[in-house]
Amino acid sequence: MIDRDQVLHVARLARLRLTDEELERMPAELSKILEHVERMDELDLEGVEPTSHVVELQNVLREDVPRPSMPRERALESAPETADGGFRVPSPGAA
Amino acid sequence: MSELLGLTAAQQAERIRAGEVSGQEVFEFWRGRAAEDDLGAYLWVAEENGGGELPPVAVKDLFCVEGVPSSAGSRILEDYRPVYTATSVENLQRAGAQVLGKTNQDEFAMGSSNENSGYGPVQNPWDRERVPGGSSGGGAAAVAAGTAPWAIGTDTGGSVRQPASLCGIVGLRPTYGVVSRYGMIAFASSLDQCSPLTRDVTDAALMLRALEGKDPCDATSVGLPDEVTLPSAERLDGLRFGSWGLEEEGVDPGVADVCRSTLALIEELGGAVVDVDLPTARHGISAYYVIAPAEASANLARYDGVRYGPRTSDFDDLLTLYERTREEGFGPEVKRRIMIGTYALSSGYYEAYYGKAQQVRTRIVEDFRAAFEQVDFVVTPTSPTVAFKLGERTADPLAMYLSDYFTVPMPLAGIPAVSIPCGLSEGLPVGFQIAGPAFSENRILDAAYALEQAIGFEGVPVA
Repeated sequence: MIDRDQVLHVARLARLRLTDEELERMPAELSKILEHVERMDELDLEGVEPTSHVVELQNVLREDVPRPSMPRERALESAPETADGGFRVPSPGAA
Repeated sequence: MSELLGLTAAQQAERIRAGEVSGQEVFEFWRGRAAEDDLGAYLWVAEENGGGELPPVAVKDLFCVEGVPSSAGSRILEDYRPVYTATSVENLQRAGAQVLGKTNQDEFAMGSSNENSGYGPVQNPWDRERVPGGSSGGGAAAVAAGTAPWAIGTDTGGSVRQPASLCGIVGLRPTYGVVSRYGMIAFASSLDQCSPLTRDVTDAALMLRALEGKDPCDATSVGLPDEVTLPSAERLDGLRFGSWGLEEEGVDPGVADVCRSTLALIEELGGAVVDVDLPTARHGISAYYVIAPAEASANLARYDGVRYGPRTSDFDDLLTLYERTREEGFGPEVKRRIMIGTYALSSGYYEAYYGKAQQVRTRIVEDFRAAFEQVDFVVTPTSPTVAFKLGERTADPLAMYLSDYFTVPMPLAGIPAVSIPCGLSEGLPVGFQIAGPAFSENRILDAAYALEQAIGFEGVPVA
């Protein structure tokens, strides 16, 4: 089960603001989903190795050769706000 | 030109090759069809184009195409025009298939009905009051309705096979790593795979041939070990099919009946049908709805109103800029998944959810490995039900998730599977899923082809 305070805490971690209506719905919705997910507890998983990737690959490397990268103007093209050749954001320190 | 409508992509390519019609004429014909779409399948249709040696392809919105709107069905990427093109799309273009348009989808591929799109739902051409499935609902509806000759979507937990099933077309999910993910706007990176949506099995093989390959821009890509052959099998002699799930609770009786007839057809063609048990696969939904949201919560951290997409106008500092941009840009299902994923990865819960889900994943891999020691293929209904009504499951996220019951185990195990239409129940298409071991695409497609010829499914009547 997940309550309103946990929802607010997780939303903060996810940098997500929820509307009042979402905050109202979310605890019950997430609890129901997690309840289903917790059926995994029926399984005996003692000593089972976790799988994070299904294809057997190790240390995929390439030659370290220089190649042209995207011009700065191109990289900035889609940004909502730019300044001095960079992405513009408010100062992290501003209150 | 209207005779093109009745031809598969492979047949159209044959006419182009024979000089009976030009690539440009074929492109223009399909551009006209796409422009007439009234199902909500398209978000953008291409300008005039010279065409190529293959008919043009409808591309799911989440594939980056240089200079073309690519929003992944999300308002947080509204009007975003990428500065590069996905490798999969480039491969198709190189083979002669130009981009016909961008198709509607559930936002960031999160959904099984296409109702989570930031740009409106899509109607199923078989019954406009019903969903086309999702998340690649636009592409599936377009191919079924004859507004695209073929399409590419992505399949993370069934997002190509399930809409193919609900729209009565073919959807092929390749082995993980066969097609490059470079330029595909990411949902769950260990599961996402570019996948063809086609009118028949031969077209799926033809498209896979163009798509597959190792890509230096995607370190997890490996390509296929063998060349893709065009399927030609007429019989299924000597092949063993392991049936799973027909007795499961939640499978529509009508769907089960049509699938049983298909099993009988397999036997008529010389194949053997036995029951197989995949004891952990029934926990696939649980594992999937931890792993996919967890990976999504990390992948979607990049949408913060700084580098692309719209930015909120209502902020006081950097934190409120992030939070409000994300509040305004993401739809309810995406927020829900980010919340589940963040929770499952958060301190104190990681082992109980994410760690455990990864162990279940190992068990599912082992289930399939054991099954493939007894049989060549595992077969199931693709979806437990036929297309459901628009709005029917939107109020209950869990009910929506259970639509993916038969399609999530394969991506968790990284193995390929195809869905082919196998008949009608209540006048709506039923999909039959054939899964095989990793890199068995040629064998799966051959078996699917033999069955397809025997089934003789007729698509939705289009005009």
